[in-house]
Amino acid sequence: MTNTIADIETADVILITGSNTTENHPVLSAFVKRAAKFRGAKLIVVDPRRIKLTEFATHWLRPNLGTDVAWINGMLHVILKEKMQNAEFIKNRTEGFDALQKVVEKYTPEFVEGITGIPAESLVAAAKLFAGARTGSILYCMGITQHISGTDNVKSLANLAMLTGHLGKAGTGVNPLRGQNNVQGACDMGGLPNVYTAYQPVADLAIAKKMEDAWGVTGLSTKIGLKATEMIPKAHSGELKALYIIGENPLVSDADLGHVQKSLKHLDFLVVQDIFLTETAQMADVVLPSACFAEKEGTFSNTERRVQRVRRAVSPPGQSKDDWWITAEIATHMGYPMKYESSQAIFEEIAKVTPSYGGITYARIEGVGLHWPCPTQEHPGTPILHGQQFTRGKGLFHAIEWIPPAEQVDDEYPLFLTTGRLLYQYHTGTMTMKSADLNERAPESFAELSSTDARKYGLRDGDQITVASRRGAIKVKVKILPKAVDGTLFIPFHFAQGAANVLTNAALDPISGIPEFKVCAVKINKAA
Amino acid sequence: MNAQQTLVMNGRELSFENGQTLLEVARRHHIDIPTLCHLKGTMPTGSCRICVVEVEGAQTLLAACATRAVAGMKVQTESAEVVKARRMILQLMLSSGNHNCAIRGSNDQEWTDFQLKVHGEDGSAELCPVWGDCRLQDLAYRYQVSGQHFAATPARYPIEDVNPFIVRDFSRCIQCGRCVQACNEVQVNNAIQFGYRGVETKIIAAGDRPLKDSDCVFCGECVQACPVGALVEKDGRYSVRPWETQKVRTTCSYCGVGCQIYLHVKDNQVVKVTGADLPPNNGSLCVKGRFGYHFIGSPERLTDPLIKENGTFRKASWDEALNLVAKRFKEIRDTHGGDRMGVLTSARMTNEDNYVAQKFTRAVLKTNNIDHCARL
Repeated sequence: MTNTIADIETADVILITGSNTTENHPVLSAFVKRAAKFRGAKLIVVDPRRIKLTEFATHWLRPNLGTDVAWINGMLHVILKEKMQNAEFIKNRTEGFDALQKVVEKYTPEFVEGITGIPAESLVAAAKLFAGARTGSILYCMGITQHISGTDNVKSLANLAMLTGHLGKAGTGVNPLRGQNNVQGACDMGGLPNVYTAYQPVADLAIAKKMEDAWGVTGLSTKIGLKATEMIPKAHSGELKALYIIGENPLVSDADLGHVQKSLKHLDFLVVQDIFLTETAQMADVVLPSACFAEKEGTFSNTERRVQRVRRAVSPPGQSKDDWWITAEIATHMGYPMKYESSQAIFEEIAKVTPSYGGITYARIEGVGLHWPCPTQEHPGTPILHGQQFTRGKGLFHAIEWIPPAEQVDDEYPLFLTTGRLLYQYHTGTMTMKSADLNERAPESFAELSSTDARKYGLRDGDQITVASRRGAIKVKVKILPKAVDGTLFIPFHFAQGAANVLTNAALDPISGIPEFKVCAVKINKAA
Repeated sequence: MNAQQTLVMNGRELSFENGQTLLEVARRHHIDIPTLCHLKGTMPTGSCRICVVEVEGAQTLLAACATRAVAGMKVQTESAEVVKARRMILQLMLSSGNHNCAIRGSNDQEWTDFQLKVHGEDGSAELCPVWGDCRLQDLAYRYQVSGQHFAATPARYPIEDVNPFIVRDFSRCIQCGRCVQACNEVQVNNAIQFGYRGVETKIIAAGDRPLKDSDCVFCGECVQACPVGALVEKDGRYSVRPWETQKVRTTCSYCGVGCQIYLHVKDNQVVKVTGADLPPNNGSLCVKGRFGYHFIGSPERLTDPLIKENGTFRKASWDEALNLVAKRFKEIRDTHGGDRMGVLTSARMTNEDNYVAQKFTRAVLKTNNIDHCARL
């Protein structure tokens, strides 16, 4: 997030898109709901499903799946036409405005209505509300990123924030809501194929030299590595020989699961390190037992870039060990001695090689965490990014055309499928499914269907159906819910039985490598 | 705005800022005015009146949580009148429900009868589930009162234990309204309200249905706000007493909000989770963070390294497992090159774990094939 969680509550207008916030980030959603209920903040929800937050919204825009660039360009068009752009911000802080102006010219509200299904007048009203606000905050989540145009969608939201000048101050910003406790930290730490810690490029020779000196090694690769979504196909083709999977369960979380399973079978050697014998761990040659968060000392970095302490409350079961200890021992056994006395010693090394974490110490975050960038011991941290300038200097507008999703409905597969999480389960359920009461609330997979579609197919609540895509088929119960969109099924992806990801399309965004979990085409039949 | 205004509280001259309530002024200057219904971050209702204070010139005692400070006010927070009023309020509360801690008095048959009645209604021979962790009990001790002063009133509504996560015990409810405010003003789930009238008043959900059939999303904000034993976590009710546990503050491991939590530990097991009143969550949690902790102590946890032989796993020592992994990784790296290997690190692990994983990948395997599930 460019801004903080607390900051959301100070915004005059909040635009939320592709985020079912009350279910996926419940505590953060309270800041939004309080702003709307008690501070008179106006809420614009852009989401096909009738999610809970629509009850708090001033405007609810309901786009067709995979049409985000179109409605955002439509808003940009309206703002320019009404001359409501922030001319000063555009002049002083951005570049590429002319190209943007040219591209959005054809995205008239009527043209956009044809693509998105959003009534022209609703789009105009929402665009004017956002542009006219004193402060406007944009929140988004996987509904924006899990598309083949995910990167374009994010850039388009950045365009909207820059055009209106809603950046760099309290109550504004472009704020992705991170879905995993330490996804921010895993990225910050260089758990990515193209960068070391703090996004220092692996292809930069000077950086490679710096890391070689820090680590006492030579020959660090400057070649960008494979993304997770590229490793699986390479495993399938035999190019990738070994995988070391730590705390991940791709056999439930990835798109097109049938393919993932075959791919992992093709590996010469698979090591899985986890707290449970997950679906993925069962395929491993060696399984290494690790400690969970309640048994560890360390840090997590949350969605607002706040680095916070994790503390050990109980001892790990049996022989299980800290993840870092296991990895360091493998390194040592391979002839590269990696010995750390404690997680604190590792953090001290992190601070040395990671400019944005340079000023953070365990002592400084004992009470409350610090927001990076925090380059020196005296630096107070940075709750709000881009106050004076952007990372690259001037903010670059991206002129982007809308492209349709990779898969469209047709006569054979006439319904769209979209996926997501439920309040009572988490990701692949490895953790939440150990709590009986959470399972009572969300016991099994289901397909959410609108009453219109249910009538069309002669289905009743609770009926068993087969849902099939071009990649596979699953059996699930029907739930007729008011949240549903006509012509679209929603299936939560948590469950290994009735797994939504048997159906999903592994078509990737070309830049981020994120699969298009949010749109594919399916057909349904009443199960025999 | 005049920041230099002062009033006199218990004979001390205290400064305050415009708009502050007497309670806020007192707390700022470390004067302890007891509260029950007051809930931080919500509109004061003044309904329990336990925070009443004596203000010179006022006709009646005033609720400190709902009275704005005025320059020159003379306030007594523990005068004889104030204490008398507080004792009366506490006596009424204690007599009106199943408050079977020792504070009811303990010297005659009536006590025994009362305990037996409560045990019958609770379905348990234990004392109140929040014994030792109850604001009402604390205040009864502080003001040395019991419930015997008034005749005991029967419990009007039975315990609601059909819900997951939360047990609602109306017999112990003092109707302070903190749960209603927590639900409507803090979490804004708007699931519970005051229902019925007068002596029949009850906190109700969705036309007086069990929580599980209402809009309740089981965030447990109400449980954390409840000052008595009316709302209690279902797990550990009776079996976990506060003096048996230790609290450890850490960061929640579910979504990316990074809520600050306390893990309550008994015998090396996490038995309860509460929200810490610190940013970013300021005490709030969701159903997963508060109630989804059973995986930690699950019997299904992996306890030993496992090596697969002929399709089945067998337990192995760390030495054996590490030697095998190191040997195979080395062979594959040296035969095919590090770029034919990959590491999936985890968005669930600490920064320290992730740092070591990428360092291992780059420095030892000599490849940049490292990624995690940010994309999924």
